[in-house]
Amino acid sequence: MKSFLPVAVAIVVLGLLQVLSGGSAYFVYLAMLVGVNVVLAVSLNIINGLTGQFSIGHAGFMAVGAYLSAVTSLAMKDFQLSFLPEAVSNQVFFVVSLAAGGVAAGLFGFLVGLPSLRLKGDYLAIVTLGFGEIILVAVRNTPSLGGALGLPGMPQYTTVFSVWFVVFLVVLLARRLLFSPHGRSLAAIREDEVAAEAMGVDTTSYKVRAFVVSSFFAGVAGGLFAHFQSIITPGDSFSFVKSMEVVVMVVAGGLGSTTGAVVAAVVLTLLPEGMRSLFNLLGGDSDSLSIDQLRKPIFGLLLVIIMLTRPQGIFGTHEAWDWLRKKKEPAT
Amino acid sequence: MRVHVVAAVAALSVLGLGCERKPTTAEPVKPPETAGKDKPKPADAKPADSAVILLGEVGSLTGSEAAFGVSTQNGIELALEEANAAGGVKGKKLAVRVYDDQSKPEEAAAATTRLITQDKVVAILGEVASSNSLAMAPIAQEAKVPMVSPSSTNPKVTEVGDYIFRVCFIDPFQGFVMARYAHEELKFKKVAILTDKKSAYSEGLTEVFQRKFAEMGGKIVGVEAYAKGDTDFRAQLTNIKKLKPEGLYVPGYYQDVAIIAEQARELGLKVVMMGGDGWDSEKLFELGGSAVEGSFVSNHYSADDPSPRVQDFIKKYQAKFGAVPDSLAALGYDAANVTIEAMRRAPDLSGPSLRAAIAATRDFPGVAGTITLDEKRNPVKPAVVLTIEGGKFKYKSTIAP
Repeated sequence: MKSFLPVAVAIVVLGLLQVLSGGSAYFVYLAMLVGVNVVLAVSLNIINGLTGQFSIGHAGFMAVGAYLSAVTSLAMKDFQLSFLPEAVSNQVFFVVSLAAGGVAAGLFGFLVGLPSLRLKGDYLAIVTLGFGEIILVAVRNTPSLGGALGLPGMPQYTTVFSVWFVVFLVVLLARRLLFSPHGRSLAAIREDEVAAEAMGVDTTSYKVRAFVVSSFFAGVAGGLFAHFQSIITPGDSFSFVKSMEVVVMVVAGGLGSTTGAVVAAVVLTLLPEGMRSLFNLLGGDSDSLSIDQLRKPIFGLLLVIIMLTRPQGIFGTHEAWDWLRKKKEPAT
Repeated sequence: MRVHVVAAVAALSVLGLGCERKPTTAEPVKPPETAGKDKPKPADAKPADSAVILLGEVGSLTGSEAAFGVSTQNGIELALEEANAAGGVKGKKLAVRVYDDQSKPEEAAAATTRLITQDKVVAILGEVASSNSLAMAPIAQEAKVPMVSPSSTNPKVTEVGDYIFRVCFIDPFQGFVMARYAHEELKFKKVAILTDKKSAYSEGLTEVFQRKFAEMGGKIVGVEAYAKGDTDFRAQLTNIKKLKPEGLYVPGYYQDVAIIAEQARELGLKVVMMGGDGWDSEKLFELGGSAVEGSFVSNHYSADDPSPRVQDFIKKYQAKFGAVPDSLAALGYDAANVTIEAMRRAPDLSGPSLRAAIAATRDFPGVAGTITLDEKRNPVKPAVVLTIEGGKFKYKSTIAP
């Protein structure tokens, strides 16, 4: 029963947040964007941080999830469950399409991970990099997925509640994983793969499992993303640049720290918008200044500063709950 | 375990049985809801500062289509400056708030939401790329804020809803113009196409050109594809050379076109090249040099046009930015002017009345052609065909719809 408590608390808190955020479309949009990035960062951290493998194709799995759930949703758009009101039935379909997107991404994760994770070294990075590109090229050349223009007219099902509930799930999973025998094995692989193998850890199996879980959540994040964007395109939303953005979040937050990934994802997503507010404040109504272009270089500069001053990332390998735990039970 | 499976199957079958078609709604396009149940209210969409009327612009100032975004912005800036010099609108000055979307749809959507809810703009100008406009349009439609795209040529953009307008012609028309010109003026019988698989724009033009040219009795001997950003086109060009076409239609963007032209000449492929408005940039001559000479392109306007309103625009633009305006600048200027003129005619600046005023635009004298918006909110206007001579675009003919 104890394990259900956090879920119940989360549902109540997020429900409140959903109600309170009503009326501000801008806040809602940002909250959802941040949430999606947090899911991406935390799930990538499972493979890059906890297991110590280097994947740089997270956006590819996100694309698989986004497109598959989009297609599922579009196919079911005109249908409704007769015994439920329309809004509820839409949410049921939404959950189904998210699951479809997640499972498909997980399946691709398995296919990509199985051959490349058998090996030690940087093979995963190369394979995932290629995978991300292949997915985009495939989408661009598939007319039923919208081709280069993208898939417009998505039903807008995503809510703050659904995004942050997935955030809650993925954080919970990452945390539970850390303290489980499974997580310990992953940590052993990260620290020394040969030693782990000598201790009887089936390294390939553990690595592939971690990779599938990570891909699954990337797919779900893609599904969430697709349902609050009015169009998904095989362009920069899922390109290598996006993959690197997620890697940057994980590294800046501290490789291996779930809390770090969350904080970095929130900060790095809000930073460009925050700079917009700041510039508007400073520049007033300066209509001619396309000062907006400055955001990117400043963003880069801040990252360089973070990495120079804290190479281990903002949190290192620490977690927020470590401190809470220490406070609560100093004896252990 | 077995219980779970049974439960799952039962749940799935209930879902399956309960599935039924939704009652069809009267409107063909269901306006997608903006995030959550809360909608930006159009009622309080008034400018933050009462002395200034704020317009919003979303453009690709950085990223892969930056050259287009910057030109468009220059055009808009010039239009606003003139409007303000003429006393503004309803006794107030105009200002535009520009957000960069880095050529990404999700950034464009974020910027649009921000313009509507935070900055409370009366209208939105943008985007150039159709994918980005499609990301913005449902948000503007939902909030009932008119959006005028200067140069998104994909037909789907204005189909989103009645608050979405554009001031450029659409892809099918451009493909048709070039097909007709190739058939009637250039008397080509056999044409090959080299299309950019990565761009929706290129695919749209290719599709229409292919269909129209065949209908007119010409023959498409082959279609080869590349992806924007490629640097080696020799394989495709060699294939095309074998087919011995009289003309080669390359509806791509100037960066790629320049390289394609160079490599075609290098391989001894001496066909006449044809293209669309994606060719329109000074950079084409810098990169392509003599290889692009003698080509034909369809475009929105020609800087050679002797009409005083075009020459006047070119003079002012050159004085301010030191360059000959390309068609994106002209379209940005037109988009801003159509909006400003509608603001003058509208009884007030609320979304619905401004929308009605823009929709009523008739015979507006734009620099890129006279604009009359049809019931699908697309302008009915002619296209020009230009040829390249001596490192410059030269006006050739005008083709009306």
